[in-house]
Amino acid sequence: MPLRAKVASSVSRTAAALSRAAGRGDGSVIGGWIGLKIDPDLLVHLSAGRAIALVSGTNGKTTTTRLTAAAVGVLGRVATNSFGANMPTGHTSALAKAGSTPYAVLEVDEHYLAQVLEATEPHVVALLNLSRDQLDRAKEVAMMAQLWRAALVRHTDVRVVANADDPMVVWAATPPADPARGINPPHVTWFSAGQRWHDDSWVCPECGSTIQRSGDQWWCTGCPLRRPEPQWVVEDEGVLDPTGAWHKVSLQLPGKVNLGNAATALAVAAEFGVRPVDAVSRLGIVTSVAGRYAQVDRDGRNIRLLLAKNPASWLEAFDMADEAPTLLSINARDPDGLDTSWLFDVDFAPLRGRQVLITGDRAYDLAVRLDVNDVAFQHVRTFDDAIRSVPPGRLEVIANYTAFQDIRAELDRVN
Amino acid sequence: MSTESLRIVWIYPDLLSTYGDRGNALILARRARQRGMPVEVLEVRSDQRLPATADIYLVGGGEDGPQALGAQRLIADGGLHRAVAQGSVVFGVCAGYQLLGTSFFAKGVQCRGLELLDLQSDRGPSRAVGELAGEIDPRLGLPALTGFENHGGRTHLGPEVSPLARVTAGVGNDGATEGAWRGKLLGTYSHGPALARNPALADLLLRWATGANQLPPLNDTWSDRLRNERRAAVAAARA
Repeated sequence: MPLRAKVASSVSRTAAALSRAAGRGDGSVIGGWIGLKIDPDLLVHLSAGRAIALVSGTNGKTTTTRLTAAAVGVLGRVATNSFGANMPTGHTSALAKAGSTPYAVLEVDEHYLAQVLEATEPHVVALLNLSRDQLDRAKEVAMMAQLWRAALVRHTDVRVVANADDPMVVWAATPPADPARGINPPHVTWFSAGQRWHDDSWVCPECGSTIQRSGDQWWCTGCPLRRPEPQWVVEDEGVLDPTGAWHKVSLQLPGKVNLGNAATALAVAAEFGVRPVDAVSRLGIVTSVAGRYAQVDRDGRNIRLLLAKNPASWLEAFDMADEAPTLLSINARDPDGLDTSWLFDVDFAPLRGRQVLITGDRAYDLAVRLDVNDVAFQHVRTFDDAIRSVPPGRLEVIANYTAFQDIRAELDRVN
Repeated sequence: MSTESLRIVWIYPDLLSTYGDRGNALILARRARQRGMPVEVLEVRSDQRLPATADIYLVGGGEDGPQALGAQRLIADGGLHRAVAQGSVVFGVCAGYQLLGTSFFAKGVQCRGLELLDLQSDRGPSRAVGELAGEIDPRLGLPALTGFENHGGRTHLGPEVSPLARVTAGVGNDGATEGAWRGKLLGTYSHGPALARNPALADLLLRWATGANQLPPLNDTWSDRLRNERRAAVAAARA
């Protein structure tokens, strides 16, 4: 590593440690920010010599990254940005902090995938899904798929692990090849993780025709785009690998969506030569991920935290939540997106019959939505009020990003 | 009304449903049912024919590509024009509002609109994103408009339409006026589930559809609280 990069890396680690010591944060962004100021190519230097996997998509990035890091860990030490700091500053911090490791698994914000592909030259990139998320600041879904596609055209040597169930991802992962000009299609391994949310993929990104669905299959009615045959498939409580062998997956994380994330992790690890039979038991070590799925006991209540940031992830959260009293908390601060319209894209009907409490900066938006949805609810001002309002036993908490962080802070920043 | 039940058509949810647009159909249906009216909601996808005999048509927001495609298919279908000729109600939101006019811009290209409202849209100098508020045309007898806007368009009204509102916060059509209406056609930049914050506007559409001069009041406690909170937030941002 050049001297400038060594200095930058060292200063980055120090700043991160100071940030943590001062209680100003977990240091996962500030260190990288300072390091990149000293050496703008620091991420390039820190990536050199490591075999890297990138994980990107609208939902499931943080959890899949954690599971993938656990699976790749079979081979040796793995650097990873496990706090969900998923922009280049976070990647720089994570790699600087980890020191020299043979492997790295990095969660990447979908907007930054092109930039991080360029800087890190990964061995594998995993593409999970694309759906509407904070449209007042994020790029619209079709535009994001186009950006991914353009980035992959420039990196045809990278191995792609992609979701066969999401038409937008499939289209992004299969850019047009032109062998005459030396542009070969990327090598893609397809996985099937199931997809509950279909409302962003009714229109073919290639030709604008309608996309039809039947069972697991989907196909464009106007062009050849259709669901590729997946090599990794979730089946029952386990995962089928490309050889047809079935591996039981015992996770401590709830929901079918996490079985899909596990399948993705095994598929990515396999690109490094990890056999699923060796990796599968390590997936069960992961309990909670930056507070997601964490359980905390307080005043006789067992509180479980579920993060849901956009319509697709709310559908998955309802699938995971037990039939128990449920607190919903909604904010609309900058990281959440300022617009609450998406509440009407979520069908809250699964909550009917449960005791539902609502809170958060934008509880009234949620109140109007639940009212229209015929879901009875009670508005509470504080998290403590919520705890006092439910009987002893399980309390499911489903919250969007900053609302989740607020509640996590009430619970001593549980991880 | 066309039949015994109030028929609401949500036009092209596969193309024009960017962000919570379903809410307007849900809110209208619920407010009608609470008054004892039977309701039928039809979701008509862009590969299906549009029935010309419904009472209320909803056109939602969309990205540029789907907006242009939606306008093309609606022009080719002709069902919405027939419905308007028969006196149906049309409520357009954001991209759905623009395409009711004579022309709009999508992906940098001028596209032909449905020519149901005398207005045309082009691109503004910057994207309008944030709270939108305005005083509604007094002839409609409604309380202030509140909403969230997210669009890059600027809309210029012709003499045959009236602005829906005079802007007090945000951009709307051009920073001065917001939305437009004529007869039983009404459009707004207040995007997504615009009726969630404007239940009186939902009732106006229901009155237009049913011919009722007034409707029994409903318990709007939560919408009232939401409206007050948003009004306070807009005032605080300005202070």
